Amino acid sequence: MDSFTKNKIARAWWWKIIAIICLIYTCYYGFIGNVPSMVVLHETIRNLYFHVTMWMAMMLMMLINAIYSIKYLSSLNKYDDLVAEESGKMAMVFSAAGLITGMVWANYTWGAPWTNDPQLNGTAATILMYAAYFILRNAIPDENKKAKIAGVYAIFAFVMMFVFIMVIPKMYNSLHPGKGGNPGFNKYDLDSDMRMVFYPAVIGWCLLGTWLMSLKVRIRRIKEITEEN
Amino acid sequence: MSFTSKVVQLVLLEARLEWKNKQSITALLIYSLASIFVTYLAFQQTIDLTTWNSLFWLIMLFASTNAIAKSFLQDSKGLQLYYYSMLSPKQLILAKIIYNLILLGGLSLINFFIFQIVFPINIDQLGQYLLSILLGSIGLSTVLTMVAGIVSKANNNAALLAILGFPLLFPLLSIIIQCSMNAINGFDWMVNQQLFIVLISLNLITVLLSYLLFPYLWRE
Repeated sequence: MDSFTKNKIARAWWWKIIAIICLIYTCYYGFIGNVPSMVVLHETIRNLYFHVTMWMAMMLMMLINAIYSIKYLSSLNKYDDLVAEESGKMAMVFSAAGLITGMVWANYTWGAPWTNDPQLNGTAATILMYAAYFILRNAIPDENKKAKIAGVYAIFAFVMMFVFIMVIPKMYNSLHPGKGGNPGFNKYDLDSDMRMVFYPAVIGWCLLGTWLMSLKVRIRRIKEITEEN
Repeated sequence: MSFTSKVVQLVLLEARLEWKNKQSITALLIYSLASIFVTYLAFQQTIDLTTWNSLFWLIMLFASTNAIAKSFLQDSKGLQLYYYSMLSPKQLILAKIIYNLILLGGLSLINFFIFQIVFPINIDQLGQYLLSILLGSIGLSTVLTMVAGIVSKANNNAALLAILGFPLLFPLLSIIIQCSMNAINGFDWMVNQQLFIVLISLNLITVLLSYLLFPYLWRE
């Protein structure tokens, strides 16, 4: 049997309550709370709670995707592959959400929805990688073969994505706040009011993603069981 | 036979098979010649250094995709079974990567000279440029060989190699274009050093990943 759906944590309710509380808190204090006044950013700094957190949730989903791909290759348990597939889908959802919130913000702050910024390019590449992952999955009809080959690709893609998002942007200047001399919210000037909203926001969105993903896995699992009988 | 000698034998076997059937290697040369000629006609010699460099790597990207696409395709079912009984998958992937590296290294040098003939430019740091060509060939051959291995298990769809391979090549290509541009502009070795180190470590990571992951593809 699989580890995830039998897992007590997936069925427990307490962390779902935490997710709801965190998100309500974020949506309320995200718009009401105090923010420092900064040049260029002004009130748009509130996008921190809704844009940056999307990337955090996306990274978490990709990490789950990679971990469960490795688990599948070592165990050949098909439910590990199910988790990998669904977390890949959730990663796509969060990357789309992060891209849209970022583009709306950039349109008013930078004057253009898309700029030649290393982080934007990295994101576009990541979305293409995971799109390719699903194309690969659909190209193989045999279930076991599909899971194994997609697992190999997912691990390869995760490492490349990590290099592209975490390493390369460090080598170039970025337009992003807090980078390349831009005013922003790095650890020295993110003030304590914002921290009080930012950390719960990260936790809330990450938990929401995990919740949605675990629901989808459980639905798929119920379907499989009903089809078998 | 030891691990290394088997790999060397396999590389030699690949080369001999390629040489016996010269049409694929000729086709590859004509493919890159034709693409260079198309760019020559399109740009009419009005070309600046950045465009020169980008075009060179774009043509290399497409030529190497074309070159490596057949690297697992041409092995017949019988040959695959023979490899399966004789070799470990790690030896096979290393041999394929090394063979493709030699192929791409040669191809990129030929492309480089033809490019210099049709669009003559002055490269300040020729040594650095050649080093970036070598590192670029290593990266291209590793990633594309691994992806060709994946595609060979997925119904051998030819378009799939580009779809799966290009996104994985973005980090490599963005660094390599930066690196070779610095070489053209004659930046000092000290300036370019950091990029070369990143490039070498990226290549090491991809070789290591292919080496570790290929056995899972092979075992069916």
